This record gives sequence, structure tokens and C-alpha cells, in this order.
Amino acid sequence: MERVSVQTNVLKANQEAAAENRRLFERAGTLVINIMSAPGAGKTTLLESTIRGLRDGYRLGVIEGDLQTDLDAQRIRALGVPSHQITTGTVCHLDARMVARALAEFPVQGLDLLVIENVGNLICPASYDLGESLRVVICSVAEGAEKPKKYPVMFHKADVVLLNKTDLAAASGVDLRELETNVREVNPKATVFAVSCKSGAGLDNWLAWLRGAIESCTTADVARR
Amino acid sequence: MHEISIANSIIEIAEAKAREQNSGRIQVIRIRLGEFTTVVREALEFAFEVARRETLAESAQLEIEIVPMTVRCVTCGCVKDPVRSVCLICPRCGLPLEVVSGEELQVDYIEVESAS
Repeated sequence: MERVSVQTNVLKANQEAAAENRRLFERAGTLVINIMSAPGAGKTTLLESTIRGLRDGYRLGVIEGDLQTDLDAQRIRALGVPSHQITTGTVCHLDARMVARALAEFPVQGLDLLVIENVGNLICPASYDLGESLRVVICSVAEGAEKPKKYPVMFHKADVVLLNKTDLAAASGVDLRELETNVREVNPKATVFAVSCKSGAGLDNWLAWLRGAIESCTTADVARR
Repeated sequence: MHEISIANSIIEIAEAKAREQNSGRIQVIRIRLGEFTTVVREALEFAFEVARRETLAESAQLEIEIVPMTVRCVTCGCVKDPVRSVCLICPRCGLPLEVVSGEELQVDYIEVESAS
């Protein structure tokens, strides 16, 4: 028997595909955010609020990931924004190759912001780089204050954490400050926003931040040219 | 349950290496799995049993080395054990801690039948 050294990252193929996606996004000057959360935390609703806030100033596009149905893509199209549905079947996350295939049919050229809505799952999507510029994790207050500690990898890798459904905090018996402390302990570097898509509270802060990120992405692109 | 995808990737990487060496069947695949990943050992072992069928790794044994999570403070160098409570803030100076190990997911080596 012979031992052969391999020393290869198991996710190498995904990382190579993600790097290729990232080059494509940078060439297009498109900011790409990968939105992740547990099922039902409010990804699509947040996306609808975000679209309403930005669609007059920016060109937007959405890639939706779901196990089944294109209901979410339909919700986005109803707002006048182009969207593409990836149906993963039984796969519990999006990977960079699925996104690359979607990009062949859904070009990003000309978009200021592409949102990729991942499959609702706080575990598996954390391992797969899609080539995004920013990772956004949504945690609804009603899920409980301990969520970040229970799923630390997902929260640790986030650039932005949105605490959604703050209108339900009292009814759910959840202390918003405790939830925010838990996010910061797992990820001291993340930018955190508390929002309610239902009442609209806090959304202005998130939208202002996102506008800033889009502007700096476009500026960097102009500088490269 | 992304362990199926992970198991398939492990086998693809091992098979590519075995072919590169012109070797026959793979007998052992050794991987390094960090504690601070989303991969569950038992689920991966089960997925591997399924994924190895009809591959060069059909009779291979999967050996898993668990890599513990360690952290350090870039400013004061303080290494405590905040791992159990997953608090990545330095207890001494309050700055973010850096993850030093525990995020590994790597094929370390394979053992193959010697080339004849």
C-alpha cells in the first residue's frame, strides 16, 4: 500500500467556480449579495421592501433559490424586477456552479445590484461561496435569542445581520438586546440592523447602508475602467 | 444534509489523485474536519458509504481527523477557551478574536494499491 499526499480543500471545485463568478460580477460592476436565513425568517419580504426602496434609483436583478416552485420569483417579477428561479430539487443550498449556470441565462451586465436569495437553511449554505460581494443573514426575532449561538458558523461568516420582525419581539418574549449581543459575540465584525418589514421600522438604515455599498462598488468599477 | 455533496467532492478529489498516480483502488481516504464547520461527522460517514459505490473508492475506508477550534486575539495574543460558548470577543481587551483552526475541510492523503 502506498500513501499519496493530497492536501486539497474539499470545496475546491466550488471555490474555483465562485472565483469565476466573482470576476464576472466585478467586470460588470454589479454588487452581489447572498441572502441567507432559516425558512420563514422573511428573506423574500425583506427583498420586496428592499426593491421598493431602491428600484427607482438602481437597476436590480434577483436570483431565487428554492427546493421547489417559482413562487418567490413570481413575487419579485410582480414588482417589475427581473428574476430567475433556481430549483434545487433536494439540494439544501445553492452552490457556485448552480449560480454560474443561472448566469448563462440571466446576465448581470447592466445591473447595479444582484440579490441571490439562498435556500432557507441556517447550516449548509454557510459553506458555499457563490462569488458574492456580501453575505447577509436574516434572523427573525421570533426564532429566539439563542439562534446565533446555535448556528455560529452561519452568523460568523456574515457581513451583515438583519434582525427582522422586531414588531414581534414582545409577543415572542424575546429580548432584542440579548439577540444582538449573541450576534456580536459570534461575529464582532458584522454590521447589524434591527428591522421590521411589516411596520417599516429600521428599513431606512438598511437601505441607506446598501445604497452606500452599491455606490462604492460602482465607483470602484469606474476607477478600474 | 449537504454531507452527500461533501462526500461526492471528497471522492472526486481522491479519484483524481489516484488516476494521476496510475494507481488502482483507493484503500484509505484521510480527511481533516474542523469543529467550526457545518459538517457532521456521522452524517458524512453515512453519506460516504453511499457515495463511494461504483468508484475507485468503493472499498475505501474514510478516516476523519477532527481539528479542534482555536482562537487568538490579534492585539493582545490572549488565547482563552471561548469556544464552548462561541464568544469570539477577547475577554481581556474586547476586540474580535481570530479563528486560528477549526475551519478545515480538507483531503489530507489517500492510501492506494501500489502501482504494478
